[in-house]
This record gives sequence, structure tokens and C-alpha cells, in this order.
Amino acid sequence: MLSIELPPFLIFYLGALLAAFCQGRIRAVVLFATIALSALNLWQLPQGFSITASLMGMELIPVQLDNLNLLFGYLFHIAALIGVVYSLHVQDRLQQSAAMLYAGSALGAVFAGDLLTLFLFWEMLAVSSVFLIWARGNERSYQAGMRYLIIQVISGLLLLAGIILHYQTSGSLAFSYIGLEGTAAWLIFIAFGIKCAFPGFHTWLTDAYPEATPSGTVFLSAFTTKVAVYAMARAFPGTELLVTIGAAMACFPIFYAVIENDLRRVLAYSLITQLGFMIVGIGIGTELAINGAVAHAFNDVIFKGLLFMSMGAVLYRTGRINGSELGGLYKSMPKTTLLCIVGAASISAFPLFSGFVSKSMIMSAALKEHYNITWLLLLFASAGVFHHAGIKIPYFAFFAHDSGIRCKEAPRNMLVAMSIAATLCIVIGCFPGLLYRHLPFATDYSAYDVTHILTQTQLLFFSALAFIWLNLKGLYPPELPSTNLDSDWLYRRPLARLWQGAWAACLKLDSLFRGASTRLGQAMLQRVASWQGPEGVFGGDIPIGAMVAWICGLLAAILLVHFV
Amino acid sequence: MSESQDFFDKPENIKRILHVVYGICALLVVLDFIVHRHTEHPLEGLYGFYPIYGFVGCVVLVLVAKLMRKVLMRDENYYQGDDAPVEEVDHAKH
Repeated sequence: MLSIELPPFLIFYLGALLAAFCQGRIRAVVLFATIALSALNLWQLPQGFSITASLMGMELIPVQLDNLNLLFGYLFHIAALIGVVYSLHVQDRLQQSAAMLYAGSALGAVFAGDLLTLFLFWEMLAVSSVFLIWARGNERSYQAGMRYLIIQVISGLLLLAGIILHYQTSGSLAFSYIGLEGTAAWLIFIAFGIKCAFPGFHTWLTDAYPEATPSGTVFLSAFTTKVAVYAMARAFPGTELLVTIGAAMACFPIFYAVIENDLRRVLAYSLITQLGFMIVGIGIGTELAINGAVAHAFNDVIFKGLLFMSMGAVLYRTGRINGSELGGLYKSMPKTTLLCIVGAASISAFPLFSGFVSKSMIMSAALKEHYNITWLLLLFASAGVFHHAGIKIPYFAFFAHDSGIRCKEAPRNMLVAMSIAATLCIVIGCFPGLLYRHLPFATDYSAYDVTHILTQTQLLFFSALAFIWLNLKGLYPPELPSTNLDSDWLYRRPLARLWQGAWAACLKLDSLFRGASTRLGQAMLQRVASWQGPEGVFGGDIPIGAMVAWICGLLAAILLVHFV
Repeated sequence: MSESQDFFDKPENIKRILHVVYGICALLVVLDFIVHRHTEHPLEGLYGFYPIYGFVGCVVLVLVAKLMRKVLMRDENYYQGDDAPVEEVDHAKH
């Protein structure tokens, strides 16, 4: 149908522009047409398609398709479709345009064949996505969006610095394996790491995502972190350090998730856990592990999207999202409840759900390469994920004690979007071959053997048993309205105070200088006034006679000088 | 309140669900002794490794998280002084 081969991001950018100028049904048509045309364009691009260009003597490859990024390309189309359906009821031109621009930037970044193009889209991701946070329209989201944007831009600047150094040393801008050696590589590594939500750099995610609009968070959870995971898989596969970092990422957020009250923030923490699994896979770097990381990224976008959608629907209908204020919603929102449970089963990696077929690849790879401690930590994380995302989310929102809230079921478009995601979770879980076929490396891996199924079911059911036991014993921490300190405390409190203190000191110094110079000026004015005043040396009336006498004296002096 | 007749409002139903879960757990442990599992790690080969690891792991997780609360938990509006107050949002817009 399409005879021209367009770069994958272009149609989304045009769609974003067009969507900004229309509204209502027409905008919906534009959005769907954008996704359909873009998917069609990507599908008909030949294998290994690339576009090359040259800029001031630098060889650029703005578009490069290969085995690793193609699946991400399709994934982003699916995510955009689900997000657009979910946000159909939204009448906010800015939000919908920004979402298209954001999805297009993600496509641009994963298909970038050179580092400069990657940098451009890396920054575009930040700039376009922040509007999804600001669209919430309150002061809190504005502040969170600001913090988000600053950290994202810092990541971009580190990337740019790394790219410049890399170009100087290697003379090439091609975006391929870099490996963790030298300053340039470290700068790029940290830039990627910030967007991957490495421990310590993760608070932009847990801070900002829960402050976005219900549909905004669905888009946010799909793109930025997955682009970062892709970039990591391309530039640093097999980097041993990533295994350690990934294991830490998989484990520490689950503790926070257990005590967090904002259910969308619980999901944000659990998103980091899932990223941890992917990072471990990339760090191991074998074909099975990379396949597992990519497959898990694919599944995570869908099941995490589904969970964010279900919590977004709760927020949309009740105006609340804190576990301490919710409960018993299954009576009002039975369909949302069911769809949420499908998402919960998928993220917990129940057999027949999507998480199972990808998580077990990474676990198997860890065992095969003898990362035993990592394997134990991932196993712990798997149990923990079930605990907070699998049980806590549905339990505190839809069951637990009845909060007395009665509301309408989620709007139809939200239900449709959630159903698409839930169907994908189950289809991929039941027929993993569909996904495996498109992974970067050919694989004969099978998740469905007796051992895997039995052990995973045991792990999950006994985690559930622990939840039941803790609840019956009254040991389970109740949902409390609270803020839990995380590493963002550092820049929101001490650093912020330091900055405020420094600023106040500057202001004080400034006023001191101003005061002193004003006083000096006034003193000088007074002095001049006293000289020029009636009593002053230069002031007062000098009689004409005295002037004549002076002039006579002067003339006499000149005559005298003349004659002598 | 007629709604109190919902399925999950009746304690006997909750009890029934719990009994089903207990039954499945028992069955899964028994299966461990019947099914031959191929294992790669010595720990995996132990009978009941996965059930015990899952249970103990989760209990430790929750207890440690409770301890973390003592150190990390602050008032809900802890950062609010820094940001301006939150106005309620027009939800129809989103």
C-alpha cells in the first residue's frame, strides 16, 4: 500500500501536529490513523532498512532496523494504541498531542543508528512526556514534573558529553556495542542508568509517575524506561556490573512497595523491580538472557500498563488512590477488578500468564551462568512482586474492608483498553511461541516444563500463604497515610535547604552592598551640598567689587611679568 | 444494607476461600515428593525449597518493611511545605 519508506517516528510526529489542530471524533480518527499508518509503514520496511546522512563530515544513521529494535518498535505501537483507547474520553489537546510526540520519540530513539540521533530523541522523550505530568493541573504535579524534567535533561547532558568524548576517541558515532571502558563509556552508561532507574537515580520515576494524569501514567510507564533498557542492551550487554545493579533494583523497591500507600506509587516501585530483572538479563548477556530481557520488557509494558490502567480507572472514578481510603470497590467496578487481577497474575508470573514465560528465561539464564546469589535474590523478588503487586494492589483497592465508596464502573473506552492488554497477557502466556519468534536470537526455550510450573506455583502460593498468615496474625502493616523517605529526600530537603540558604545569603550580601553604596552616595551628596551650599566654599555670593579687585590684581600681575 | 450480602462480605465464604488455598498449598508440597524435578542448583533439589523460600521470604520482607517504617515514615504532607498546597483536580478533564 505504502510505496514510500518513512522513518518510523515521522508519522507519529505528524499525527501529533495534526491532533493539536482538531478535536472530538476527528482527533480520535487522527490518532488511530496515525498508529495504523505507522504500524503499516514499519511492517513494510525491508529487513535491515537504514537511512544514512552526513552532517559536517560526520556519518549519521538516523534510522537502522535490526533484530534487537524491531520488537520494541512493534511494542511501542501496541502501547500507543492501548494508551490512546484508554484516553479517548480525555478532551485535552495538549495531553493527546504530547502523548503522540512521546511515542514517536520512543520510536525515533530505538531505531536510531547513531548516537547523535539517539541523543536528540532522548531529550525529546523528556520534553514531550513532562506535559503528561503537568496536565494533572495542580501545584504538586507541576513541582514533580519540574524535578522529573531536570533529572531527565541531566541524563541527556551526560549522554551528550559521553557522545562527544566517544567521538573524539573512536571517531565513530555508530550506536552499537560500547562496553564499559573509559570516561566516555561511563558517562553514557550513567546517562542510560538514570533513565533505567538505577538505585539512587530512581526517584524521578517514583516521584513523578504517580503525579501524572490517569492516562498520562499509562503512557509514561511504557516508553522512557523501555527505551533505556533497549539502549543498555545495545551498548552494554554482558557487563558484569549490571547483574549486581539489576539484582539490587529487583529487591529494594519491594520493601518500599509494601509500606507505600499511594497505589500508583506502589506500581512505580514495582516497575523498578521489573526493570531490575531486565537489567540482570542484559548483564548476563547470553542469548537466552538477552532474549529474556527483551521478552520481559515487552510483557512488562503490557501488564504494567494494565495495572496502571486499572488504578487510573479507580482514581478517575473515585478521585482517590490511597490504599488507606479505598476498599470494597469490586462491588462498584467488577470488570475493572477482574482485569486488574489478570494484570496482577501476569506480573506475578503465574503459569499461563505473560510474566511467567519471560521471567523464567532470565531466571534460567542466571542459573545456567552460575549467578547463584543473583538467582536467589531474583527468586526473593519474584515472591515479593507477587506480594505487593499481585496481592496488595487488587486487595486494598477492590477488597479489604469496604470503604463505602460507591461509584460507576470505569468508562467503556478504559474497559476496552484494559481488555486488549489483558487479552495480550493471556495469549502470550498461553502461546509464548508468538513472542519468542520475534526475539533477537532464535530460541528453542520452553517455559512450560513440569519443574518450572510446579516450582513457580509453589513459590507463589506460599507467598500468598504468608500474606494470609500475616494478616490473620495482625502482623501485616496497615495502609497509612504517609510519605516514605527515599533518595529524593536528599535533593528535596538538605540540598533544597542548602540552595535556599545559599540564595538567602546571596540576597543578604546583595542588600548589604546596596545599603553600603547607598549610604556612601548619600554621604557624598551631602558633602557636595555642603560645599555648594550658601555657607560652602564654592557657594555664597561673591560681591562684584571683589571680583573687579581680583581681575585688576590679575592684570597687574600679567603686566609685571611682561615687563620684567 | 442489602449490599452486605455480597459474596466477600460473608465470613464463611472467606473461610472457604482460605481453605481452598490451604488445600492447594498442601497439594503442592505433596507434589514435590511425587514429581521428578530436574534441578540445576543444589538448593533447588531440597524438598520443599520453593515453598519455604517463598513463605519465609515474604514474612521477612514484610517484617523488615515494618521496621523501615520506623525510620522512613513521615507525615503525608511532609513535602507539602515545600510545594504549595494541592488543589483538588477537575477529574472530568482527565
